[in-house]
Parts: sequence; structure tokens; C-alpha cells
Amino acid sequence: MTVNPGGWRPDAPKVEAGSTLTYTGNRALMLEEPLIFEIGTTETTGVDFSPLPFRGGVGGEQDGALRASDNPLSQSSPLKRRGPTDRLGGLHRAVPIGLPGLSEPEAVRHYTRLSRQNYAIDLGLFPLGSCTMKHNPRLNEKIARLPGFADLHPLAPIDTVQGALAVIHELGHWLVTLTGMHSVAMSPKAGAHGELCGVLAIRAALEAKGEGHRKTILVPESAHGTNPATAAFAGYSVEAIPATAEGRVDLAALEARLGPDVAGVMITNPNTCGLFERDMKAISDAVHAAGGFVYCDGANFNAIVGRVRPGDLGIDAMHINLHKTFSTPHGGGGPGAGPVVFSEALAPFAPLPFVEKTAEGTYRLVEEETVAHRHSDSFGRMTAFHGQMGMFTRALAYILSHGADGLRQVSGDAVLNANYVLRSLEDVLDAPFAAAGPCMHEALFSDKGFAEGFSTLDVAKALIDEGFHPMTVYFPLVVHGAMLVEPTETESKAALDQFIGALRRIAERARAGDLSLKAAPVEAPRRRLDETLAARRPRLVWTEPGPA
Amino acid sequence: MRYLPLTDTDRAAMLEVVGAPSIDALFADVPEEARLAGPVEGLPNHASEMAVERHMTALASKNLAAGSVPFFLGAGAYRHHIPASVDHLIQRGEFLTSYTPYQPEIAQGTLQMLFEFQTQVARLYGCEVANASMYDGSTACWEAVTMARRVTRRRKALLSNGLHPHYVSVVRTMAGFTEDEVAYTPPVLSVETDIEALAAAIDDETSCVVVQYPDILGRIADLAPLAEAAHARGALFVAVVTEPVALGAIRSPGEMGADIVVGEGQSLGVGLQFGGPYLGLFATREKFVRQMPGRLCGETVDAEGKRGFVLTLSTREQHIRREKATSNICTNSGLCALAFSIHLTLLGEKGLRQLAGLNHALACAAAERLSRVPGVELVTPTFFNEFTLRLPRETRPLVRALADRGVLAGVSLGRLYPDGDGRENGLVVAVTETVTAEDIEAYASALEEVLA
Repeated sequence: MTVNPGGWRPDAPKVEAGSTLTYTGNRALMLEEPLIFEIGTTETTGVDFSPLPFRGGVGGEQDGALRASDNPLSQSSPLKRRGPTDRLGGLHRAVPIGLPGLSEPEAVRHYTRLSRQNYAIDLGLFPLGSCTMKHNPRLNEKIARLPGFADLHPLAPIDTVQGALAVIHELGHWLVTLTGMHSVAMSPKAGAHGELCGVLAIRAALEAKGEGHRKTILVPESAHGTNPATAAFAGYSVEAIPATAEGRVDLAALEARLGPDVAGVMITNPNTCGLFERDMKAISDAVHAAGGFVYCDGANFNAIVGRVRPGDLGIDAMHINLHKTFSTPHGGGGPGAGPVVFSEALAPFAPLPFVEKTAEGTYRLVEEETVAHRHSDSFGRMTAFHGQMGMFTRALAYILSHGADGLRQVSGDAVLNANYVLRSLEDVLDAPFAAAGPCMHEALFSDKGFAEGFSTLDVAKALIDEGFHPMTVYFPLVVHGAMLVEPTETESKAALDQFIGALRRIAERARAGDLSLKAAPVEAPRRRLDETLAARRPRLVWTEPGPA
Repeated sequence: MRYLPLTDTDRAAMLEVVGAPSIDALFADVPEEARLAGPVEGLPNHASEMAVERHMTALASKNLAAGSVPFFLGAGAYRHHIPASVDHLIQRGEFLTSYTPYQPEIAQGTLQMLFEFQTQVARLYGCEVANASMYDGSTACWEAVTMARRVTRRRKALLSNGLHPHYVSVVRTMAGFTEDEVAYTPPVLSVETDIEALAAAIDDETSCVVVQYPDILGRIADLAPLAEAAHARGALFVAVVTEPVALGAIRSPGEMGADIVVGEGQSLGVGLQFGGPYLGLFATREKFVRQMPGRLCGETVDAEGKRGFVLTLSTREQHIRREKATSNICTNSGLCALAFSIHLTLLGEKGLRQLAGLNHALACAAAERLSRVPGVELVTPTFFNEFTLRLPRETRPLVRALADRGVLAGVSLGRLYPDGDGRENGLVVAVTETVTAEDIEAYASALEEVLA
């Protein structure tokens, strides 16, 4: 059975005589690829199975003899007909599922063709501000795939997984060392999950002090959207703190708002304008004096790793995106990993489970069973197992590869690269905070000075034609038409010079009102896509096309 | 420092452009007292690829890999054979090193894959729509409970006793902060599920009833009556599937009336990895789509009218909606979704049904063989690829003793339910296509020895 009996194709060529279009719709190495539902069939499979390895009944056969019809691989399988010889309780899936299959060569070609429609760090500069798209070392991939790590069940007996627990413990130790904090929770699955972990620990600590009535979290206007969403998800109401004209938290406004209803603040440092919060220690002191806690969004830790320890700035909790600072691959949108480092005040409230080193030098996993006796302050469990082990092995390999000297160079080069971009372009792109001094690891520009009708979006799309991924656009919200460029430390000067040259030319076209900019991109696999149409009439799954 | 391209000559030239005397000078905004004078103390300096590999390999060798022994663990994480082409394809740099597809013109590969993935998940679950993934099954479960609260504007969730206890813990932890009410009691080692009791407990305050299928003990039950009971009181019915391969053999939750189906996708393509990264699956009815958490990929056209895909309905999401978002989730499990989708595409419907049949047949054979060991009782007469045994003594030390004999025998319910109450003698045994006849025999012999 095919899932697409009509054989409909989305880009079936309608090529007329004299047309310059190709018959296939392909353009040499740029290959169009239909959906699996259009090319696969439910009778195709790319997997062969070994036959049942024994003679034995599928159910209830005391003599152990296998009747031919009991082999579930055979056509008359008991899974296809309702019968007494299986143990499915009559709940057989009787109706077709509609899952297309491809043979291995077809599958390899399908996904290889799809991959070629993606931009990637492996192809070029990927200067997404706040995302830290740095090179992903391949040693880390090799390490993560060692059977001793990859083929390990999360509930295997503890003394059969001592090496895995050692990895979690060792990585946690280095994260604590690098941040100057007291302890670490390793289980959060990504940055936003880490934020949630930190905010829940704050709430648990306040409730333990009898201050559960504090129901407000203060968040700067320039914060990542995850910060207010996290606070709300944890049951808090959210209030914005204004920024000063130079792009930093307004300390006076913050102090004025602190009070007995404020549970804490969530601050990104370095902030999303690419600036270090100079008053961070004063902010922390003020929040602590008012009885609150300080959460730091660690998304931008790459700017200061190896040079500044957040623990020295009065931070109570901070998540670390292993998929940013510590080079684990972004994978087209995850998986990430978001361990959270804690101050001594919040440490007792950390989630379960966690790894402890015993006096004998072995490792134990503290789960629910021991919590009642020894860790009763823990706020509970955030995820089924122990966190993103596959990311831990990669991040540990990365930390050991760079070492203390290398990580210091990482932040130094990341900041140098961003300042080089900033100073090389500030004559053609408005840089709202550049006059006050150097930026950290990302350079922020605005759309000020573009010709009427030309926007940040036009600049971004033109960069695509130049072979670059665009920077983060329209974020942070505090700057009009924001363009946030984070080159990272893994770009060479030659790559930066090429990017600067391309962006300079595009900026000049935007200032001059060059209408050709509005058409960009013209060289990408697709032109600008109609996002309004997608939202107005959502088509989220493939459906069989009806008769034309 | 092999990951850093800048030379000292480059740095000097760039500092000149920047107008700074040194890299350290660029950190002038950091208060002096917060700046470290030199490299962080305690952490060694940089190391060669060979030295790092040696260190990490030594740590890996201290673990007993699942594939090296007869292996029967499940309880939310399953060992299946993953075709070699899956790992090859997800390591293509254009997938591995790309970002969330916010610039759709140069991310059609990821976006088309997500569209295919969403369709596969929806069909597997028997639902109308699915999202582009969550972190894992447990967090997807909590997201389903919060979504049911938004849809029904009620705050009481009933959890089946067959729900994975870690999932229960996650829901309870979160509900404690959001002031949602959660009703749950742990299971007894019995063939009887709590489906009827749950149906009777649904009232006008109930936002949702959450049932795992197959459940933590391996039991499978017809959920349609419960779905009807929930709908009759205006509550949502949420089904949780921790073993997606089961749905190649048994009816989908959607067919039985589930409003939201969530689960763990790790079984297909992802691998055990000591618990993460895994893949949260999330599907629902089309009418609830604007209450759904997470990213969604949708079909549209480009400026030339060609079909293309974009992230859509993002006004539900944190980067647009901030504190009013349906969830705070941002980074999810994109690459795991790709692995799942490739594996499922290689299987196709035919392969999935074969795989499910093979799992079930092997599990039936193992259940029979093990329940012939004196003192061992099969608690769950119906199951898919995982069943529960009751043993004459506590299973935690027993599992330990069997590991010493080279068999990873299952997940002790004493570990999952530390409060005992009869569960400490329970053992959950999973049997997938990776298990051989020799493995089953080795297990049975070792168990006979240990119990003798």
C-alpha cells in the first residue's frame, strides 16, 4: 500500500517550451526532495530482522512447541489476527497506521538531500547573538559514542555505572570551579529547564524561611523571553526592570522596587546588549538585603568563562548552557543541557537525583529513597532520569581539552572577535552602546540610518545570499531593529574580515535604499516564506491530497 | 589550542583596530575585584586530543555496557537495535551543527524533517497534530497536565497508579509550585489496573486523568471507557506512552479517545545514553493546538509559490509571548527527533509491525521461561514487551546478585518505589529484539541459582 496513491508531487514541473527552469526543479547540486509520505510506501522497509531465535510458543504452550502461525513475523501472525496465543489482551492495532518506509539507499539519499538545505557551523560563520554557535569538536562526538557511555541504562545497578557517575561528578566539579559557586544540579535538560530549576530552588528556600508570600520576580526588559516565561511557569508574577540609557540594569529603579513581595531577580550577565553589568555585586547586595535571591541567566557565560566567577558577584543560582559555552552541538534545536550552579544558601534545595562521592571514593546516586532521611529540603524531581549524559561526556571532553589556560583564551578571543566586528562596522551601522566602551562577546547594532522602508530583516536576508547565517534580529527588544552579532572565538580573522566586508556592503545598500535588497534571499533553497499564511491556516501534518 | 584559529599576529592586528592595548583591557567593565588574574585554579591546562580520549575511555571502561551482557532493563528506557545509517545521518554537519530553524530559507532540511516527524508522531499516536518535540517523556507529561489546566480551567489532575513513578515525581514537584492538585497512589502488584477506580473518581473539578499505556508494570488496558468517563465530566484524557514500539502492535491512545498523548521517543533512534538526551513526544487534537507547548513546524509557500516549511504559531511561545507563553521551553530535542524520524522511516509501517511482533514474541517466551523458575510468579498476564515478576524476596539485592553473574535482569520496583509496601519484591523485565534465546536461558539459570 502506498500512502500517496495519486503520486502527487509538490513541485511537479510545469515546464513550457523555452523555459529556463529545469525539468526536475533541481538546480545542479541543489536538489528538491519530496516528503517521505510522497516517496515511501507502507510495504517498504529498510530494516531486516533476524527470525525468532528459538522454538517456543508465543503464549500458553506448555510443551514449548512453536506452531507456524505463532511466529509474529509470518503473514498469519497473531498480531494481525486476534487470537488466544498472544498476550495483548485483544488490543491489537487493527487499522493501518500510515507510516511510509524507505529502503536504506532511499533513506540515506532523502536525509542527505534534506541536510544540504540547511546552513550550519560546519559551513560558515553563524553569528547568532546569545546562541554561541561555536565549533563542535568531533572528539566529543567520538567520546559520547563509546559503548560505556552510550549503551548504558539509567536504572542499571549503581556499581555497574561508576564511570558514568564519575563523569557527572567530575563535570559538576569543574562547573563549580569555573563559576566559583557552592554546588551544582546536573539534571536540567536545557537552558530554560535550568532557569526553572533555579527559580524553583529560590521558591523552596523562601518557603522554608516562611516567606512564601513573596510572589514577584523582577526581570530586566532586555531579558531572554525564557526568563519571564520561566518565572510564570513556576507560579510567579513578573515585573520588568527598566534599563539605563547605556544598556544596563537601572540600579536605582531596581532598588526602589525591591520589597517584601519580591522573591528575586533574574539577570543576564553579560546582558543581552552584549555588556557586562558593572553593578552586579551592588545589585546582588541590594536584593539580598531586601530578602530576595539573585538568579543569573548564564546563556552568555562564554564571554567570561575562565576570567570571571559569578560566585564572586553574589549570584545565588545560574544555569550553564552546555550547548553554548561548552560546545555541545545545537542539533537543529537541541538537545541542550542546563546544569545549574548554586550558592550555599540555595544548595540544600537542589533537585533530585544527584551524584555524591563516598568516603571510599565510589559514587552514589541520591534518588527518592534516600531523600527522606538526608535531603529533605530538596524541592523534588525535574526529569525522569539524571540529566543529559550524552552532553556531559561531550562537555567534559571540551573542558579538559581547553583546560584553564584554554578557557581563558576562549573568552578572550570571543570578546576580541566581537569588538573587532563592532569597531569595523560602527561607521556604517548604528551601534547604540558602542561609545561607552568595549562590548563583551557580542556586538549590538540597530536599524537607525537605513533608508525609509528598509529593515533589519532585509539585512538579515541579504546576508543569506552572501553565504552567512544572519545574526539574531529584533532582539533584545530594547533596541529598535536590533542586530546582535556573536561571532564566537572559533572564527578566524579571515572569516571575520569576509563577514565584515559582506555586512558593510549590505549596510551601505540599506542606507542607500537599494531596492534589490528587498528581494533577498534569491540564492537560497527557498525565497522568503509566507509566515502569515502558515499561521492563519496551520498545516502541521501531511495529509493525503484530495482530488484536484 | 586546536579549537582557536586566531594567531598572536591576528590578535595584535585586531587589537589595533579595536583600539585596546590587550585582550584583558576589553574586560574593563568587570570590576577589578571580580577579575581573575590568571587561569582558574584547580583546573589543569589544555590537553591533547589523545590525552582527553585516554581519560574519557578509562571512565567509560568502568561501566558495564548494556550490549555486553544479557540485558533486560526497561521502565521508561529501552534498548533497541538502531540501524547504522541513523547515526551516520544525524552526524552530517548540516544537521548536527545547525540551529533552531529561525531563518527558514536556509533551514528547510530541519524544517521538512520536523514536518515529517510531526506527521509520524501524530499517526503513531492516533492524533491529529504533534509538536516538534519536548525534552523527554516526563517533562512532556507535566506539560500535558498544564495544558489540560489551560483548556479546562480546572486544576485537579488524576494520575493512574501505573504511571512511571519518576513521571509522577516530576508532576508532583511542579504541581507543588503551581498549586495544582494531584491525586495519586502507588500501584499494588496485581493484574488489576485502576482504570475503573479512576473513572469513578473523575469529578467536575478534574482537569485531566493521566494513564500510562502500557503502564509501569507492563499492563495494557482498554482505555476507551476511561476516555468516555473523562469527557462526560468535561475533563481531558491524557495518555502517556514510554515505549513507542508498542504502538506497532496495540491500538493507539488516540483511537481510544485520548485528547493529549505524550511520551518518550527514546526507543526509536536515540539509544540509552544513561538517561539523556531523550525525546519528548507531544500530540493532541487540532482544536487544542493553540494551547499546545513547544515548537510547531507548518507548511507554507515561498515568494515564488514553492512549498516550504516554517516554525509557526509562535505567539504561543516564550520568545514572543514571554510570561504569557504556554511553556518556557526553548531548546528541545531536535537531533533526537531527527534520529527518531529516520529510524521510523527506515522501519516504515511494515518494519514497525515486525519489530513490535518480534518484541512481543520474545517477551512472551521470556515471561514463560522465567515464571517456570521456582518461586517466581508472573504478575501481568497481558503485556507488550515488558512484564512484572513477583519474587520470593526483595529484588534490589537480587538484581545486584544477578549482575554479579553477568545478567542485567530488570528494574527493581524497590528502587522505583522506595517505600516498599509489597512492591519491593517486584521486578520489571523488558525484552526487546536485542535479546537472544541464550540470553533468556542465561537469565533463567542465574535466577534459579540465586533463588536456590
